[in-house]
Amino acid sequence: MSLTTERPAPAESSLIPSKPRVGDKVFKGLSTGSGILIFVILGAVATFLVALAFPALVSSPETLESQGFGEFWSWVIPLAFGTVWSSFWALVFAVPVAIGIALFISHYAPRKLAAPLGYVIDLLAAVPSVVYGLWGGIALASALQPLHAWLATYLGWIPLFSGQPSGTGRTILTTSLVLAVMILPIITSLCREVFLQTPKLHEEAALALGATRWEMVQMAVFPFARAGIVSAVMLGLGRALGETMAVAMVLSGANVIKIEMLNQQNPISIAARIALDFPESSGLAVNQLIAAGLVLFVITLAVNMVARWIVSRRAAFSGAN
Amino acid sequence: MSKRIEAKNLDIYYGKFKAVEDVSMVVEPRAVTAFIGPSGCGKSTFLRSLNRMHEVIPGAYVDGELLLDGEDLYGPGVDPVNVRRQIGMVFQRPNPFPTMSIKENVLAGLKLNNKRASKGELDETAEKALRGANLWEEVKNRLDLPGSGLSGGQQQRLCIARAIAMQPDVLLMDEPCSALDPISTLAIEDLIQELKANYTIVIVTHNMQQAARVSDTTAFFNIAGTGQPGKLIEMDSTEKIFSTPSVKATEDYITGRFG
Repeated sequence: MSLTTERPAPAESSLIPSKPRVGDKVFKGLSTGSGILIFVILGAVATFLVALAFPALVSSPETLESQGFGEFWSWVIPLAFGTVWSSFWALVFAVPVAIGIALFISHYAPRKLAAPLGYVIDLLAAVPSVVYGLWGGIALASALQPLHAWLATYLGWIPLFSGQPSGTGRTILTTSLVLAVMILPIITSLCREVFLQTPKLHEEAALALGATRWEMVQMAVFPFARAGIVSAVMLGLGRALGETMAVAMVLSGANVIKIEMLNQQNPISIAARIALDFPESSGLAVNQLIAAGLVLFVITLAVNMVARWIVSRRAAFSGAN
Repeated sequence: MSKRIEAKNLDIYYGKFKAVEDVSMVVEPRAVTAFIGPSGCGKSTFLRSLNRMHEVIPGAYVDGELLLDGEDLYGPGVDPVNVRRQIGMVFQRPNPFPTMSIKENVLAGLKLNNKRASKGELDETAEKALRGANLWEEVKNRLDLPGSGLSGGQQQRLCIARAIAMQPDVLLMDEPCSALDPISTLAIEDLIQELKANYTIVIVTHNMQQAARVSDTTAFFNIAGTGQPGKLIEMDSTEKIFSTPSVKATEDYITGRFG
């Protein structure tokens, strides 16, 4: 007689679950499935882009000249430049304002003012981009025309502002400002959330050393929020890079690389070019537009990787430990 | 350095709530004064009012006088920022700035004063403060590493170094050892004994033995009930408080009969 038969496990043992934990299994399946789904979707998008871009990428310049928009790289590089250039200025305009508003809401405003202001900012994010496009092309452009003239007259010696100013105000400057307004809410909301997470301990440490409010923000809030600010800016940049309607409705756009921001002739972004040209394209022209989309995809990916690298560079000092 | 604090009929409010009522006391320079009492008795609030840190909470204010060598800390036009530069504070949980290196942490307060100091002077100040906090030998080879990589006890001594680098008149400590193990606690207690040669030290503690070990004077705070303001019950030499206190409540508390 073995020991096991002498000590049979009691049928009603509280340590052995009588039925499997269904909730656990379902949740695990759901979360794993969602994780995999992201990869599948991303893979499908990448495959689609590469497969449909391929015919344009391997075609000779002559074929593209007759059936598409001309030699691929000399066509797409100005578009890539226009994309990055307008988004860069959108960030330059939006980030300081966004951080300022977020800081005001999180650390300066009285509570009664902070909440409504937060709602208003979030409301900005709910405005459809076509509305921003209409506003930018009709209202903002003409309103900014005097500013264009003024900048060209008095600051024309700066290369950015040189040349004949546009008479309509539909320029890369106006476009960047529209984009800045569009990306402002997302950057503001995320920064505000991160600023509010600053540990009280660190804020008090700074204050107890005799820091003023602004010094406390520099010592405790900004260092803590650094990674969050970078992420917020990258999300904003992502939106600006991919923005289609607002850019297409403000700019007519030419195939040029120009840093001048006030002239009649402006570089346009990849997304806007695709949107403007797609309805009248067929055959190889469509493949060429998709290849431009692939370039945009690569730019966005590169920007995100750089952002990750910036965040991870000083991980030991991040405050996460 | 090392100044006398005198409170005269000090009431402390958070909005409409009176947290501490009618405290009058003298804190002597170059000595350690301990505040003891049950939770919620207002001893931490009173400590934080000494460098106006309680004003971090909106609606906090005081009524009465608080004098630092005769100068009213709550007088008209007095800037709390300047008060805090003269009265340093160490908190319950070690709070070095995680994004700064050990050296940057020590010099953080000095940077605020915008003093133009050479690298040599700064290094010297950092070393002096770290030696003062008995931490130099342990960190001298890793001054550029993050302060958050140190042990809890080392982090707390780093915070003390950060406070004394400012050469304050008074050093306030709000339960500085409550998050530390016994060995780190002993290191901090030894340090307090050394620091009192140069500083006025006020320490809040829940640990009666600690108050008995480190302090020269002990103040006992108590509270009549929830929602009531805390009051100073008795203040005397530590020896007297722990042997023959004159108030029954003090004796009950230190013998462990309540609280």
